Amino acid sequence: MGKKTLYEKIWESHVIDQEEGKPAIIYIDLHLVHEVTSPQAFEGLRLSGRTVRRPELTFATMDHNVPTQDRFNIKDPISKQQIETLEKNCRDFGVKLYDLNSADQGVVHVMGPELGLTHPGKTIVCGDSHTSTHGAFGALAFGIGTSEVEHVMATQCLQQVHSKTMEVRVNGQLKPGVKAKDLILGIIAKYGTDFGTGYVIEFTGAAIRGLSMEQRMTVCNMSIEAGARAGIIAPDETTFEYLRGREYVPQGAAFDKAVEKWKQLTTDEGAVYDRTVEIDAAALAPQVTWGTSPGMGTDILSLVPDPKSFTTENERKAAEKAIEYMGLIPGTPMTELKIDRVFIGSCTNGRIEDLRAAAEVAKGYKVASHVNAIVVPGSGRVKIQAEQEGLDKIFSEAGFEWRDAGCSMCLAMNPDVLSPGERCASTSNRNFEGRQGRGGRTHLVSPEMAAAAAIMGHFVDTRDWKFKAEVNA
Amino acid sequence: MQAFIKHTGIVTPVDRVNVDTDAIIPKQFLKRIERTGFGQYLFFEWRWFESGEVNHDFEMNKDRYKGGSVLISRANFGCGSSREHAPWAIQDYGFQVIIAPSFADIFYNNCFKNGILPIKLSEEQVEHFFQMTAAHEGYKLSVDLETKTITDEHGLTISFDLDEHRRQFLLQGLDDIGLTLKHESKITAFEQKRLAEIVV
Repeated sequence: MGKKTLYEKIWESHVIDQEEGKPAIIYIDLHLVHEVTSPQAFEGLRLSGRTVRRPELTFATMDHNVPTQDRFNIKDPISKQQIETLEKNCRDFGVKLYDLNSADQGVVHVMGPELGLTHPGKTIVCGDSHTSTHGAFGALAFGIGTSEVEHVMATQCLQQVHSKTMEVRVNGQLKPGVKAKDLILGIIAKYGTDFGTGYVIEFTGAAIRGLSMEQRMTVCNMSIEAGARAGIIAPDETTFEYLRGREYVPQGAAFDKAVEKWKQLTTDEGAVYDRTVEIDAAALAPQVTWGTSPGMGTDILSLVPDPKSFTTENERKAAEKAIEYMGLIPGTPMTELKIDRVFIGSCTNGRIEDLRAAAEVAKGYKVASHVNAIVVPGSGRVKIQAEQEGLDKIFSEAGFEWRDAGCSMCLAMNPDVLSPGERCASTSNRNFEGRQGRGGRTHLVSPEMAAAAAIMGHFVDTRDWKFKAEVNA
Repeated sequence: MQAFIKHTGIVTPVDRVNVDTDAIIPKQFLKRIERTGFGQYLFFEWRWFESGEVNHDFEMNKDRYKGGSVLISRANFGCGSSREHAPWAIQDYGFQVIIAPSFADIFYNNCFKNGILPIKLSEEQVEHFFQMTAAHEGYKLSVDLETKTITDEHGLTISFDLDEHRRQFLLQGLDDIGLTLKHESKITAFEQKRLAEIVV
């Protein structure tokens, strides 16, 4: 038998039909649904008289539109209509919905793993590009458009073309104060936002093995920002321990049996990837983006670049436009950029470990007087756990606003929006023009970097942070 | 889905790399529950200033590109979110063909589901179209999907590559779901085995 990559193993175990010159038909094990990209798909089913083929493999929540304060009082009538439409659709088609009344509601890519819906070896899709998050468990998970959402609802299958495979091997270990977010931002800054196009990226190497599940999710989450179809990490003991005991995983002896099967989900020794790149984890410093594409980033001790330093004409023009939009002056140290707002949350960095890390930085300090900072837990469960650990108090005492779960200012579809010209340190995944609000200026950073920036009022190198006390001391 | 066979139209340039789906259709317009009516919001924040005034510097607002139906842009077009609202907006505005050196994966896929033809050409070929568009007011391209060729009125003919399955899909305006459901018996057989493994 030929040697196979992890991606190839999952792919082959899901192919139902493969005719020469046509896309394969692959089976989808889990379909996650949210309010923004599903209404037209449900409507399509109605118009063609179709049903949801496997409601037991379909799970919905509402996250993009929900307010993070006074959440049941949705003032925007169109947002409200979209939420109510999801409720009706889930009722009509028999889909399980984690709505605003549910303690489990949250950002769909935080909620799925928490419930144990995400398993190694599953094919997982959602009408959301950050579905790649679930690849952290050794699942093949990717975002799809609304037509494909309808296709999966109707058939539980997708027509897919086999991707190319890329290994991103991260050697060594990250230095203290450098986190998974810095790793993925550093990779994208180095290789660009389209180097993964057409590929499924498998992250391997000692540094990846050393990451917790939550940090692995951060890495896989942003593989879409590298252009990849999906990001994937082979499951190991860290994965199995995370999953053990969660609602939607097998329990007891059945779990141990599942683990034995999941252990086969690794790339065979000697299997060949279409491309391999290697990264030295120890060489990475905390990252900050300066531009309007996630690839426009640099490390904290660098300067805002001079557009003239870029090689191609298109890159120079893009850098000029970005620097103008961001209101920056080339040559300014990143540490001198003064910020107005801070957002800690999202499917990239809204999990309990992210909040712990930010709280550890914030404890005993006060948010700078000119900064407005919000902390938005990724899910109802994250919120409850954080409150049990007293993180909410640390944040509140430091002057951060403690909010309810949702996507919030990651894409600003709810009332959490930047005003024109406001500069924001954000733990989210995209710094596109207008992403967090028209004219808003987004700098992507880790939760530690965001918390430290909130306190100092400008970006700082968290490797030098003077921690006042351990959070749980 | 409506078939795509041939199309001739005025070329509209959007001269930027990494045009993302947030720029194509900003999130405040994703709250609609219909598939239609997104064209009016296409490139909203580039077409209009915050004050509501028209941004005459943005290419699409220039008179010479009025009625354009062939969009040309730079590398990694459509990067960002999976929102199909992006191709819906592009199509609803009137574009039927997009030409760029490369496209983001999900966006590219979404185009075919809506009868839009995205064409990948080399950086040099795309640059040529930018130059011709700038030099000749009302510059048009004719795209023939049957012969996989692009021609202009200045004697240019170039061919482009497209996966054969995707080409047939557009030429015949096929229904994806219908095609998959032809494999119903295989799906059912696979599913019975699979469900026993994954449903807890």
